[in-house]
Amino acid sequence: MIDLATYAFTGIGLVFFVAGTVGLLRFPDVFSRLHALTKADNLGLGFIALGVALQAETWRQVAMIAVIWALALLAAGTVSQLIARDALIKRDGR
Amino acid sequence: MTLLLDAVLCVLLLGTALAAVLGRGVFRAIVFFIVYGLLLSVGWVRLEAVNVALAEAAIGAGLTGILLLTTYGKLTRVSAEAEPDDAGVNLPVALVSVAVAGALAWAWSVLPEPTRPRAELAEALPRAGVENPVTAVLLSFRAWDTLLESVVLLAALIGLWLLGRDEDWQQRLGVPQHARPGGIMTSFGRVLPPVGFLVGVYLVFIGADEPGGAFQGGTVLAAVGLVAALAGLIQPPRIGQWQWHAGLVLGPLVFLLAGVAGALSDSGFLGYPEAIAGTAILVIEAALAASIAVTLAFLVIGPPEKGHRE
Amino acid sequence: MTGLSLYALTGAVLVGFGIYGLLAKRHLLRRVIAFNLIGSGLFVFFGASAARGETVDPVPQALIITGIVVALSASALAVGLIVAKARVSGRALLPEEDDDA
Repeated sequence: MIDLATYAFTGIGLVFFVAGTVGLLRFPDVFSRLHALTKADNLGLGFIALGVALQAETWRQVAMIAVIWALALLAAGTVSQLIARDALIKRDGR
Repeated sequence: MTLLLDAVLCVLLLGTALAAVLGRGVFRAIVFFIVYGLLLSVGWVRLEAVNVALAEAAIGAGLTGILLLTTYGKLTRVSAEAEPDDAGVNLPVALVSVAVAGALAWAWSVLPEPTRPRAELAEALPRAGVENPVTAVLLSFRAWDTLLESVVLLAALIGLWLLGRDEDWQQRLGVPQHARPGGIMTSFGRVLPPVGFLVGVYLVFIGADEPGGAFQGGTVLAAVGLVAALAGLIQPPRIGQWQWHAGLVLGPLVFLLAGVAGALSDSGFLGYPEAIAGTAILVIEAALAASIAVTLAFLVIGPPEKGHRE
Repeated sequence: MTGLSLYALTGAVLVGFGIYGLLAKRHLLRRVIAFNLIGSGLFVFFGASAARGETVDPVPQALIITGIVVALSASALAVGLIVAKARVSGRALLPEEDDDA
């Protein structure tokens, strides 16, 4: 039962990753690509973390997975902001 | 199934490496090299080398990536980032590459079966005072290598500093960073360092028994300092500040003194009496991690440059 | 066992890629990347050889960690030299290869 849930969650997560990657490759400019990447991938990572957390043996492992997910979100959000700002400056001139 | 995973991983490794060598533009090469490093750290987990995976992710992909990107930025300022056109296949060089790769592949096929007595290691490990075999090798069985390696780091840093311009010698280290006060980078620089500091210290201490250690933890601590400097929260130091000199030599010095202490007692140079081996290794690791953090951070930010705002 | 051979062969090919980049590409920063690939490929080869047998041998793993750290310090020194060179000459190329850039 738990294995089935893991398959389901990681499967959903992978779908989000595929969507994000397609967006990265197909969308026309930096901003929409970033949108596709961060939205889809953060959600996808969340589902994969959830699926993996179901396999954890101790609560400590669950907590660690949660911290890793939170840190990845923080980093992804910050980096996409910085890239977007740089792209904005380049587009509008300094 | 796992073989399929390994195959996919190897194909990805080769693809990203090829893009790092042949991809158009140096910037692209750097990005693919960073991706390559992250994929490789997954590969190390597959090779049952979690300690190496941590080092690869932190140093091979992380710090090397920052180093290359910073350098690219410096080259852009003097318009030296453009690449000459060498897209065509250089046939002689390609033949040499194929020959070396082929020779290595042949060497693999004739490698003798490992005959090293595993029992010897299993017998020696309980006496090392730590449970992580890689830490035992680094700080006990082959401590010589690690001691000299920490000196190599120092030598590289001195060499790098010597490349600074004379008129900039008194300036702060690295290219000045301009982060908008209250901006996203400043907030990130406030949130990450406490968490990163905790992770770094945890990696150093857990390294005695589980994957981790002075190099991995020290690298995370170095990254914490770099993020804080990038966010403009701390000013990089100057070369002449003695506190930082003390930080640079602390690790090698403690290591050396412990080694001499071993020689004066009857454990031999860099040997520790069994009763205190665990404690000795932990103390050395903590000092080493501090020095590694400072040295790696200084290596990555580079020699002093002018233009820092006071 | 086949999995290990896969990684060893990947390591061998990585060394080949690195050598090609080091010799055929002229931009010095690209050469630093290529040089890192050579080292990294050798680590993979070495790491795969350490994983043979019933238990993994920790000695090569410790040496690989040492190698990764030394590779970073060598790279830091190398890019320092490249930046100094580029600031003097405006190019990140070796003098004898500076003609047609």
